[in-house]
Amino acid sequence: MKAVVQILGRRVIEWIASLGQMTVFAGRIVRALMAPPTRGPLIRSALFDSGVLSLALICASGLTVGFVLGLQLYNTLSRFGAEESLGTAVGLSLIRELGPVLTGLLVAGRAGSATTAEIGSMKATEQLDGLRMMAIDPIHFVVMPRAVALTLVMPLLSTVFVLCGIAGAYLIGVELLGLDSGSYLASLENSIRFQEDVLQSLVKSLVFGLLLAWIATWRGFSCAPHAAGVSRATTSTVVTASVCILLADYVLTALWAV
Amino acid sequence: MQESSGRDLAVGGFVLLGLLAIAYLSLQIGGLSVGREGGLMLVARFDDIGGLTARSPVRVAGVKVGRVERIDLDEDLRARVILDVDPGLGLSIDTAAAIRTAGLLGDQYIALEPGAEDAYLESGEEFMFTESAWNVDALVGALVHGDATGEDD
Repeated sequence: MKAVVQILGRRVIEWIASLGQMTVFAGRIVRALMAPPTRGPLIRSALFDSGVLSLALICASGLTVGFVLGLQLYNTLSRFGAEESLGTAVGLSLIRELGPVLTGLLVAGRAGSATTAEIGSMKATEQLDGLRMMAIDPIHFVVMPRAVALTLVMPLLSTVFVLCGIAGAYLIGVELLGLDSGSYLASLENSIRFQEDVLQSLVKSLVFGLLLAWIATWRGFSCAPHAAGVSRATTSTVVTASVCILLADYVLTALWAV
Repeated sequence: MQESSGRDLAVGGFVLLGLLAIAYLSLQIGGLSVGREGGLMLVARFDDIGGLTARSPVRVAGVKVGRVERIDLDEDLRARVILDVDPGLGLSIDTAAAIRTAGLLGDQYIALEPGAEDAYLESGEEFMFTESAWNVDALVGALVHGDATGEDD
């Protein structure tokens, strides 16, 4: 019994200690952000890896989600004779929730895991130590550009996802099910407001980007320096980031509704 | 070097695409107005606005000419609705504002019926004639029980 409580206590202490290390780590990234040089080429390269290469996935997912939303909501709304509100229903659900959250989960799986694996294998092959030997701060050279890119990429990809979804629902609702194109677009434009909906979407995706950047770079930076450690860290990034994104989504939605 | 410049181009295109998407979502779908010349701001007071909300459309003869900017209560506890209307219309000062419904259960909008005076409404001025929203309960009540003013007297 005493041993069990002891294990529990040790786990909690370890967990709190790792939270503290993560906070210090975040502080070091912020400090690296301010220190010269700005590492422009490295940030651009990271933007390419996590942004441009995710674009096809995001567009395809957005279109598919739009198709499904169009079909599902059309069927539900037509029970009440309210097919004309398809634009409202699709727009609100995509802009407020599905766009930022699904983009967050997809980018966590695609670019977040890659970032962790990259930094982790650099650590396992002692490349980070090599940088330190040359008096180059690995946080400034390796971590910061990737964190910046992951954060910035999220609102851009999320908005692209939303527009693809709206286009997908348009294809299903208007082209396939014969809804009037004007009433779809009018109900969309009349019901979406910048402050409640679009701004909420952008703030959410930016917060998700920050969370993912923080978690993905920390997991890579702190992983055990061998193959199994890298694979464990990669899995952990996807799981932790997904859960954190869903939790943060609830908190942000609740805060916005107050 | 060749590879790097191609990648920079892709990154530039990606960022541009994302920013355009954000701009489209904010300006076109979200209805955010940046640097747009302020429309004609008109005030209309109603006893009952029914289901009218901010951003509801304002129409003349069914054509959309503006939107509801803000709704609040005035000192007499009547609903004060601020309308943002296209300034080039030339609405005469005896224009009437009525709350109408698109379809039987559809969204509500404000219909403006132009009057005959030569003077035009200026920004900040108030409509002389307004007509509140139809209250479905009162309408059904009148149908079922007959008009209250007619029978009992």
